[in-house]
Amino acid sequence: MPKDPNIRKVMVIGSGPIIIGQAAEFDYAGTQACTSLREEGVRVVLINSNPATIMTDTEIADRVYIEPLNVEFASRVIEREMPDGLLATLGGQTGLNLATQLAAEGVLERYNVRLLGTPLKSIQMAEDREEFRSLMRRIGEPVPESWIVQSENELAEVCHQTIWPLIVRPAYTLGGTGGGIAQNPAELMEIGKRGLKLSMRHQVMVERSLLGWKEIEYEVMRDANNTCITVCNMENLDPMGVHTGDSIVVAPSQTLSDKEYQMLRSASLNIIRSLGIEGGCNVQLALDPNSFDYFVIEVNPRVSRSSALASKATGYPIARVASKIAIGMRLDEIQNAVTKKTLACFEPSLDYCVVKIPRWPFDKFTLADRRITTQMKATGEVMSIDRAFEPALMKAIRSLEVKAYGLSAKKVNTYSDVQLEEGISTPNDERLFVIAEAFRRGMMVEEVHALSNIDRWFLDKILRLVQMETRLKVHGRAIASLAETLDVDAPEAQLLSDAKKLGFSDRQIADFVGLPERTIRSLRKAFQIVPTYKLVDTCAAEFEAETPYYYSCYDKEDER
Amino acid sequence: MVKKAILALEDGTIYEGLSFGADAPAYGEVVFNTGMTGYQEILTDPSYAGQIVCLTYPMIGNYGINPDDFESGKVQVEGFIVHECAEVASNWRSKMTMDFFLKERNISGISGIDTRSLTRRLRAHGVMMGAISTTESPEEILTRIKNSPSYAGVDFVRKVSTEKPYVWPFEGTPERQIALLDCGVKYNIMRNLAKEGCQTTVYPCTAAAEEILERNPDGIMLSPGPGDPSLLGYVVDTVRKLAGKKPIMGVCLGNQLLGCAFGSRTFKLKFGHRGSNHPVKDLNNDRVYITSQNHGYAIDPDELKDGMEVAHINLNDGTVEGLRHRELPIFSIQYHPEASPGPMDSVYYFSQFVRMIEESK
Repeated sequence: MPKDPNIRKVMVIGSGPIIIGQAAEFDYAGTQACTSLREEGVRVVLINSNPATIMTDTEIADRVYIEPLNVEFASRVIEREMPDGLLATLGGQTGLNLATQLAAEGVLERYNVRLLGTPLKSIQMAEDREEFRSLMRRIGEPVPESWIVQSENELAEVCHQTIWPLIVRPAYTLGGTGGGIAQNPAELMEIGKRGLKLSMRHQVMVERSLLGWKEIEYEVMRDANNTCITVCNMENLDPMGVHTGDSIVVAPSQTLSDKEYQMLRSASLNIIRSLGIEGGCNVQLALDPNSFDYFVIEVNPRVSRSSALASKATGYPIARVASKIAIGMRLDEIQNAVTKKTLACFEPSLDYCVVKIPRWPFDKFTLADRRITTQMKATGEVMSIDRAFEPALMKAIRSLEVKAYGLSAKKVNTYSDVQLEEGISTPNDERLFVIAEAFRRGMMVEEVHALSNIDRWFLDKILRLVQMETRLKVHGRAIASLAETLDVDAPEAQLLSDAKKLGFSDRQIADFVGLPERTIRSLRKAFQIVPTYKLVDTCAAEFEAETPYYYSCYDKEDER
Repeated sequence: MVKKAILALEDGTIYEGLSFGADAPAYGEVVFNTGMTGYQEILTDPSYAGQIVCLTYPMIGNYGINPDDFESGKVQVEGFIVHECAEVASNWRSKMTMDFFLKERNISGISGIDTRSLTRRLRAHGVMMGAISTTESPEEILTRIKNSPSYAGVDFVRKVSTEKPYVWPFEGTPERQIALLDCGVKYNIMRNLAKEGCQTTVYPCTAAAEEILERNPDGIMLSPGPGDPSLLGYVVDTVRKLAGKKPIMGVCLGNQLLGCAFGSRTFKLKFGHRGSNHPVKDLNNDRVYITSQNHGYAIDPDELKDGMEVAHINLNDGTVEGLRHRELPIFSIQYHPEASPGPMDSVYYFSQFVRMIEESK
């Protein structure tokens, strides 16, 4: 069905102030939404309390209201503007909560405003743990054992059961605020009580812990005609136990066979269909690393923090497409904005690796607890793209601006072996560097795996990076002599090229080799070891792309 | 030690890389597949016979090779092209690395290739013949390509089809019997038929219609398979004789064989459809499905006759992706309901087939 002709004016709710779990990615989504709606001739009224956003720029929406995001102000804007529809699934949890309240208080009905996109009932079903769990049971999707707790007494009852550890999550909060892992009854009481206070509904979910399982996410889209696609899947390098916002994430998944990939993809589609979502949604799953067992962890019935990552990782504009679906369009009526030839109804194919690393503010809050658990602490993230995992990881590390130019952060080399082991088994912001240091000291992949449950595939890649450090050090003098001989066929020339392919910066190579950075740079330029640029085109080069969107790599062909 | 290898294309392009798998010369039609997972299934899919397959996803081999994901009894590709071949395999089912597996099966691979550049070339100029070698000079390898038979001239179906009929193992009492005409079948088709309560007898591509009908099967499955369908007049004749006698479902090549049996012909696609993300529209309900595909030829819709009509189209290029007969219990799809690799969205076609069989009884 083409765009619904009755929708001429739409109110979009922004995400308000930037907080942990809800940062600039929702500005990105909201901006896309406004532009996307206006492309279809819809007038857009925007309400957002955060003026430092692109979406509140005068050219993005037709009308902008910079007002508090609460029922009172939103009602007044609705009364004044009389929009035909309300789009609330792009402003994160804030937008969704406000829309829920506007509906509950009868504001939408009073002014005859249709909630566009995903129906309210679906949102409630996805967000209310008990409703969601019973839906999952009906459609045959496994959910971990859990208890809904609404009082301290109920909390005390859960203390009597035998499955430990347990994971505690308050309902209706952002970024898992107030959650944690309880190893024993005492911890359960402590975390649970705090969660009860923080939850909008005074409700806490206690659940079987899936610590150590693989954490996999799917970004899924559905239109009103029940056509569904997955935009992207992502694998968390940090296994279950770390909030996905605090995890290093790769796209697409790296350690899943096709059977596992498709099993979880089918589950995600099954879920989005059963919820009746019209637009985008994010499905988080836990996969047993030793069997086909999996559990559905959580569904975000809206554009989420991960959607922004998935959008940038694939070139597929999730918010843009979700907005068009919201006004009645079907996936096969929406153009793929990158290729301009194919449609939004396809699944992006990546021919590169994407790595996201969270950025924690511990450099500002030096006394804060640096451990990362199920409560998100990162205030930002960086994403990088390259042809392989190692260089993407190295690029991301450099992008963090934590004065690390690779895996050798200076401090960790002063740690004792015991400190290293602790740093590996207890996730914190330094874990990546600690693992590298452990490899430097001769620890084996198996040992690190046993301590961290991180998949051996990722660990092996980190080990390879450490081995390259060693090779650069060992061959430092030979590389230095290259500067004089300029012998292209020397094995050290190949080494230099391999190091660049693995993502080592000139500065880092210079450190290992003991030469100035500029010497390394001119040396590799003399050897024509220079970056090439490749396109993110959503389709792995199967079709020509119209909108350029490049990443650098040390591969052969340059596409600029 | 890792040996250097070269990949040469018919048009004279030379790519330098490193050898993995077996160190043996390879020759075939160079094609690309954009699926991000499923290399084990791809390697063993008979529809890749005669082809050197390039995967566009750059890191291949990550989860190793396991005993369960084979789609036929052997590696079917002539050669394998990847950007990076994983040295370590990490997955609970993995028994060996892809490199080891290909060595054992004597199939050569080449890694370190700018697979994106290769894909762009094939996209622009169409698929072409190519060869891999660790010993030949560029001149030698190009001469070898020139002197080798072209892909379109070889009947690969005869090479991959079973020699003798056999029955796919079935536990319990089957509810119905399916005769499958094997032009290069994937195991997952039989596995899915078994799930639907069907016992499958697999016949060679050369089996006569009479031989197949003699056992009075409840339905007939036409399998996928490699190569140019225009070389398969003998199978088309068989299909023509079977049509109308029993309910028929065709998959991939089976779709093309049915098209040819009903007046149409096939044409070669510039670079084919190979991957796990192809959108197909079911013209019956306008729903779009993400499909697993592997085909280099398509049916000309304009020449279909005798009641056969187009039921599915590809949304990327509008080509025919499925047929149905207006009166007879016959339908076919050009993509892969059995997935393996790829999305399982179309697996319902197996139950649809069974329903059609029951309804036409």
